[in-house]
Amino acid sequence: MKQKQLRPKDPKKTFLRLFSYFKFNIILFFGGIFFIVIGSLAEIGINGMLSPVIDTFIGDHDHELFVKYILIMAAMVAVISLSQYIGNLSMAKLAQRTVHKIREDMFSHIEKLPVSYFDKHSHGELMSTFTNDVDMLNQSLEQSVSQILISFVTVVGTFAVMLILSPILTTVVVAMLVVMLYSVTFVGKRSAKNFRMQQAALADMNGYIEEMMTGQKVIKVFNYEDRAIDTFSKKNEELRNTSTLASTYGVMLMPIMGNLSFVMYALISMLGAYLVMINRLSIGNIASFLLYTRSISRPITQVSNQLNTLFAALAGAERIFNVLDEEIETDEGDVSLIKDCEGRRNLCWMIPKGNGKYDEVPLKGFITFKDVSFGYVPEKTVLNKINLYAKPGQKIAFVGSTGAGKTTITNLINRFYEINEGVILYDGIDIKRINKHDLRSTMSIVLQDVHLFEGTVKENIRYGRLDAKDDEVVEAAKLANAHYFIQHLPEGYDTILSSDGQNLSQGERQLLSIARAAIADPIILILDEATSSVDTRTEKLIAEGMDKLMEGRTTFVIAHRLSTVRDSNAIMVLEHGEIIERGNHDELMAQKGRYYALNAGIAELE
Amino acid sequence: MKELLPFMKKYIKFAVLSPILMILEVFADIAIPYLMSRIVDVGIAEQDIEYVLQIGLIMIAAAIFAIIFGVISSYFGARAGYGFASEVRLKLYKEIQGFSFANLDRFTVASLITRLTNDCNTLGQVTMMSLRMAVRAPFMMIFALMMALNINASLAKVFVVSIPVLVIVLIIILSKARPLFLKFQTRIDRVNAIIRENLTAIRVVKSFNRQTHEEERFKERNDSLMDIALRAVSLIVFLMPVLNIIIYSTIIAVLWFGGKQVVAGSMGSGELISFITYITQILMSFMMMSFFFMQLLRASASVTRIVEIINTKSEIKEDSNPVMELSDGSVTFKNVCFCYPGSTEKTLKNINLQINSGEVLGIIGSTGSSKSTLVQLIPRLYDTMEGTVIVGNEDVKRYNIKSLRDNVAFVLQSNTLFSGTLRDNMKWGNENAADEEIIKALKLAQAWEFVSKYEDGLDHIVEQGGDNFSGGQKQRLTIARALLKSPKIIILDDSTSAVDMATDAKIQRAFKEELNDVTTIIIAQRVSSIQHADRVLVMNEGEMESLGKHEELLISSPIYREIYESQQKGVGA
Repeated sequence: MKQKQLRPKDPKKTFLRLFSYFKFNIILFFGGIFFIVIGSLAEIGINGMLSPVIDTFIGDHDHELFVKYILIMAAMVAVISLSQYIGNLSMAKLAQRTVHKIREDMFSHIEKLPVSYFDKHSHGELMSTFTNDVDMLNQSLEQSVSQILISFVTVVGTFAVMLILSPILTTVVVAMLVVMLYSVTFVGKRSAKNFRMQQAALADMNGYIEEMMTGQKVIKVFNYEDRAIDTFSKKNEELRNTSTLASTYGVMLMPIMGNLSFVMYALISMLGAYLVMINRLSIGNIASFLLYTRSISRPITQVSNQLNTLFAALAGAERIFNVLDEEIETDEGDVSLIKDCEGRRNLCWMIPKGNGKYDEVPLKGFITFKDVSFGYVPEKTVLNKINLYAKPGQKIAFVGSTGAGKTTITNLINRFYEINEGVILYDGIDIKRINKHDLRSTMSIVLQDVHLFEGTVKENIRYGRLDAKDDEVVEAAKLANAHYFIQHLPEGYDTILSSDGQNLSQGERQLLSIARAAIADPIILILDEATSSVDTRTEKLIAEGMDKLMEGRTTFVIAHRLSTVRDSNAIMVLEHGEIIERGNHDELMAQKGRYYALNAGIAELE
Repeated sequence: MKELLPFMKKYIKFAVLSPILMILEVFADIAIPYLMSRIVDVGIAEQDIEYVLQIGLIMIAAAIFAIIFGVISSYFGARAGYGFASEVRLKLYKEIQGFSFANLDRFTVASLITRLTNDCNTLGQVTMMSLRMAVRAPFMMIFALMMALNINASLAKVFVVSIPVLVIVLIIILSKARPLFLKFQTRIDRVNAIIRENLTAIRVVKSFNRQTHEEERFKERNDSLMDIALRAVSLIVFLMPVLNIIIYSTIIAVLWFGGKQVVAGSMGSGELISFITYITQILMSFMMMSFFFMQLLRASASVTRIVEIINTKSEIKEDSNPVMELSDGSVTFKNVCFCYPGSTEKTLKNINLQINSGEVLGIIGSTGSSKSTLVQLIPRLYDTMEGTVIVGNEDVKRYNIKSLRDNVAFVLQSNTLFSGTLRDNMKWGNENAADEEIIKALKLAQAWEFVSKYEDGLDHIVEQGGDNFSGGQKQRLTIARALLKSPKIIILDDSTSAVDMATDAKIQRAFKEELNDVTTIIIAQRVSSIQHADRVLVMNEGEMESLGKHEELLISSPIYREIYESQQKGVGA
């Protein structure tokens, strides 16, 4: 597990960008700040009121004035609570709306990112940005911003009032504040250092646990338990030590600051008492001053905590913006599909000729590869000068060992990846010219590892074509041989599948994915035949379903089944990114080459 | 929680001392405002500068002591909290190490990881906070209340109103907020679920052009999340203003009634000022307590999950007087039936099988025919439901489990390697293996041919999960690792599926030549991997379909013939 960055690289830029999110809620932002400031000022004011109130009944016994002051205080309480409520509510709303918008932006951005992005970034990494970083941002918008603001206003305001009340006492306060600030930085530095060490120990520990838990069965088989416990104990001790220190430093700030403020309190009492004795100060003044010493030291403790949270949140925001800055899948295609003409499914390609006019080419399902080369990374070619064609309705099978490039070929047809060299033609049109939406709308893929969505069985099949009617869903299920098992589910087609269909067997999920592809009625079908574990009966059902699905469609299939391969119009044997043999089954068997060897593997062994 | 208490034992003195020091700190915090009132009411009134100085110095001393107590208490609290958490974590880890395969099947890897990491961390944090906050708040309240009563009992009557009001408000807000927060959590989960779903299924989404559809689904969930979040937040932001109203109203009331008493001369003005400080301390401590309860709620879920592991016990029990040595590598299944825990359907039905020591047995059959289950009974990874498994002329249940498993090498289907060097990984098989032995095993498993090409040889780094090796290489390495145990029985559970056929044949030949006294059981999908075995067992739906030599089975077993024929003509890759 990688350790996360805790500090933003460019806090100012990130903050400004974050600020741009407030523009939808500008009233909340400035209104919130306004009321928070008012509330803090009123709090300073009410503590200051103590001074005249106390003096009225000590000195002049002016009852009328006393009542008046008390009423003013009551009014201030109303102001404090009201503006605190409005201010905090505004900031909280702002935070919620901002993260709501950020989540929405992130999600829709992720939907638009090219497939290659997901090869490079782990799901865990993205999930963590989506959950932890967004959460942190929310927290800090809700609290840190207003806390820092309150602290600032309180310190400045209190300080001003203190100066007015007694400059001499204020010098004591300043001296004490210097001591306190020094303590905060002293402890803060150690706390930060230990916190980093704790995070490192935690990451190390988590990584170890992850690895061991994944291989737990191997541990059992090798009697490795004792050795696994030994290593774990060491890491556990390390984590315990760093955690203890980190949290000691984190927590000790509270008693230190709280009691330093009591030292200040004591000094003010003493010096204040002296000043009263020489008639330079009233008792009311001391009362107010004493309250201020308490309220001015609180922000100092808090600001350092809140600043850490804020920085961590900004670092998270930076990661969020990094995702948002990822380039989205481009689509410069100007060829689109139009309805009501003589192509398949009554569709035609509309090719702009440049002079405002269009050529109409009927949709047929003719695919040609011309000298196609491709690599996921530039320096490593996966496919090298591939040439092939598939006529409408033909079945092309790809055969070869793992890593030969079979899956890659199928990923190029629907433009999940862009080819480096050569051209792929669809009904004679370069697929780069076709807009991706229309291109993909004519294709269906059935992948080996089936992904289903949370929702009903019906919704999952309908995923292939959103406007499909219920009877069409059933029809597709029947074609895919899925109807039988669906009927036996507790709620039939309305059975709710948990995320990724955990409550179905592997085979059943595959049947559903075939039905999903069938309902889309694709012109071109891309199949990655499953080798995975299903029982013999279901395997047969899947095979039948796939065969029915392939009928009449241009099909590219990564083949594992004998029957699929044998019925293919053409078989491509891939090795190291090149087609080394091609032809139908009989031709290839007659060649006695690689295909023959693959088939008759046993003969080769003797 | 009770179950976890014993793990505090090692740190008990810290767990006791931390709150005691905390109480001392609170004591000083409470004394200081009172001392201040003495300065005002005695010192100033009597113009006694010496008295002022004396009391002031006592205050400073008290504050400094409080700092010392506070810092030490922080340290002790952290020691106790994280010490406790680490004891619990170690216990959990040991429990999991003792888990049987059946136990492991019950928990997902992810949930085990969460328990060991997040849940234990939460436990540590909350324990530390409990030791401090749970003590600080009530003591603060009690001491301050006592002081207030002591200063002026009639004025302390204000608390009869303000404390109940505060408690009622807290209860109302928190009890209303709780269901909202629970809902909030489920909605967060719903949002996260759809994100996870889209990350894993991005290819499906894109190939069906469903981006807009997914965005709409997300929007609906995201909106409903914000909706509940706003409702929860609107409730929570009430807390601070309400608390302030109560605190300041109490202060005003005290000023009002106290002021009159000061005028009448029955109360000192210093007393009044310190009384006001106590008001804040008393009412704030209620806030702290409510905060603490919310923390406890958070921890209780973690505790439940931790206790669940501790209460899970392996069903595989060792004999009290176990057999330590395997006499030979023979294996006998006698009327064995097995079904997985929680399932009523029998996975294995009435298996009777005798494997001689040194024999090579191939097992083939479609997936779901329980081949793996059968062989997992040999090193007692699971226990039979009915019947007995006899290894080396002794019931497997009679053996010391460690010696049994030391003598039975098992190459699992999930061929996990661990981060470290190749040598580290090989030493799993034998801690004391010399390089020559490791190389010999690698050669046998046909892994030396690629390992020898590495410049750093056995020091070559293995990444987590062995991700820097191909499937076939990993399988050969795991076979070598198993060979290093020098077992009497070796079981290969579909361990050469990713190895190409020529290499597979070499492995088989090497096994035959070098390991002819080791009982070898090979589960395979390819007929070629097992056709040269002494005997082949064909499994079908948990039963033995047939048993015999390759040539015999071609005649007698329709299933075997079907598999063979399809592979003769089909694509073997």
